[in-house]
Amino acid sequence: MIFIYASDDTALELATAAETLFPGEKRIAIGTKCNELLAYFDEVWSLGEFYPNAELLRPLLTAIVPSGSIVLLPHNTFGLDLGPGLSVKLGAAYVPDVVGFDGIEGATLKAVRQEYAGQVSAHVHCDISRGAVITIRSGIFRAAEPSKTGQLIDHSAAVAGITPRRRFVELIQAESGDVDITKEEVLVSVGRGIGDKENLALVEELSEAMGAALACSRPIVDAKWLDKPRQVGTSGQTVKPKVYLALGISGSFQHLGGIKGNPFLLAVNKNPKAPIFQAASVGVVADLVEFLPVLTEKVRAAK
Amino acid sequence: MEILVCVKRVPDSAENEISVSSDGRDIKREDLVYSVNEWDNYAVEEAIQIVEREGGNVTVVSIGDAGAEEIVRREMAMGANQGVLITDPAFEGSDGLGTAKVLKAAANRAKYDLILTGAQADDGAGQVGGMLAALLDWPYASLVNRIERKDDATLRIGREIEGGNQEINDIDTPCVLSIQTGINEPRYVGIRGIRKVASLEVPVLDSAALGVNDAGAAAAKVRRVDYFVPELGAGAEMLEGSTEELADKVVGLLKAKGAIK
Ligand SMILES: Cc1cc2nc3c(=O)[nH]c(=O)nc-3n(C[C@H](O)[C@H](O)[C@H](O)COP(=O)(O)OP(=O)(O)OC[C@H]3O[C@@H](n4cnc5c(N)ncnc54)[C@H](O)[C@@H]3O)c2cc1C
Repeated sequence: MIFIYASDDTALELATAAETLFPGEKRIAIGTKCNELLAYFDEVWSLGEFYPNAELLRPLLTAIVPSGSIVLLPHNTFGLDLGPGLSVKLGAAYVPDVVGFDGIEGATLKAVRQEYAGQVSAHVHCDISRGAVITIRSGIFRAAEPSKTGQLIDHSAAVAGITPRRRFVELIQAESGDVDITKEEVLVSVGRGIGDKENLALVEELSEAMGAALACSRPIVDAKWLDKPRQVGTSGQTVKPKVYLALGISGSFQHLGGIKGNPFLLAVNKNPKAPIFQAASVGVVADLVEFLPVLTEKVRAAK
Repeated sequence: MEILVCVKRVPDSAENEISVSSDGRDIKREDLVYSVNEWDNYAVEEAIQIVEREGGNVTVVSIGDAGAEEIVRREMAMGANQGVLITDPAFEGSDGLGTAKVLKAAANRAKYDLILTGAQADDGAGQVGGMLAALLDWPYASLVNRIERKDDATLRIGREIEGGNQEINDIDTPCVLSIQTGINEPRYVGIRGIRKVASLEVPVLDSAALGVNDAGAAAAKVRRVDYFVPELGAGAEMLEGSTEELADKVVGLLKAKGAIK
């Protein structure tokens, strides 16, 4: 049987992934609030309404999911929390962050992953004879269209006997700063390739010359060189600019996941093979420390 | 608190251009710069800070070849009290579960209150911490970006979720936490610090010492067949020329797009 855990709008992508892996096979969505998914699944197993704490869900799913099943999860902060331990408890294989499937042969599932921050890909073979828990990167499969009239099955009693050793307390919203990069049309975004904090001035000068807002990748925020509200990505802001300059950013999926609306993306990176060049419209191979002062000068002259 | 931190020596993907070896079975290993996995370094710093507040000991453990000793020593120079290196050709080709089994055996050699791992390493899997917790039957939390003590048997932790929002949880000890970058500012390790720990012993354990015979390639359910570089659509239009010419072309494009105000 193939299950998908419905935690958010990735559920419809997982439905397509399920169809790709096992065309025509019965597919079941499980979740805490998933009644609206009946048009996409053969069955929807409703767990009732509670905060989807992985330490609560793991024993719950281990109890109700038949052994040998395939379970699809999103590769996000929810899937990362639930998946690895769930695979152990189900005695199933674990295949994280899948970006493609090459089919199934006997009990071997063939998947495609990425390693080294997306610099290389890998073919992976997985023994699914005892089932598998698979996390799928978002944006890989399109969202399913409604095609089913599923049956709602109430599993809300299952949660009763479980005392989790980790308890959800509250959600704290990310701080918003004095800048709002989500509304900007032009973003000059800097990554770890800038090297030193002192070099940040080079990027600030360029953004000032252009009259554009300054954004960044996560390592710049981790190092406390810029504030969190300037971070673009899945754990930062989602931006929809018309023009995005990626300066010394490698192009991890977590960073690219925060850039929407298909902007004109111009990347400058010293590594000609950096994954950012696959996502960019225009690429420049250059060392930022040499290139930025020249560029800023020319921008000023062009005004 | 007695804290075990699991660390991995990885090719530094910020420093290296990673490419595939000619037979596709590995990446090109010549001239790679190695370092401690970024996430693990934050985990060690966090462990040291907890012990500075509460007392106890930090032990770092790494599975790898003999080269991994260098990062174990680096983390000892940072302030970990002791280090252990696990090395055995029999563990090569382990999948995530195999690695977690080996670490479980290492964890069972002492009584730990807390085990930290990085949230992910060079393969982007983010799996070992959660599997280790499940094997030990301890509670787990991933992507932790805050750790405080609540009471004797409980930690109050923050998990970083989408959008940078934070999910606060209470978790019973002993537990396994995977650490997200940015939780702290890892202290600098200088050459003098490394020298100071040079004479300390780093015990080396193998499969016999740990009593693990179900890890490695033969036991792995998940196996990497090869590495490759995917043929992806057009990709970027790459500009060519001298620095001056490149800058002129970029300015021309930016102007055309109305990006210079
Ligand atoms: C759960 C989770 C959530 C995450 N959320 C986010 C997020 O929201 N946003 C985000 O950005 N990341 C996020 N990350 C981190 C992400 O995985 C990457 O680690 C990060 O995006 C890398 O940032 P970077 O590209 O700046 O650095 P790196 O990957 O280190 O890349 C630096 C680039 O600079 C280039 N370079 C180096 N020197 C120079 C030079 N002198 N001139 C020109 N180029 C140079 C290098 O070739 C390289 O391509 C998240 C990770 C996890 C696990």
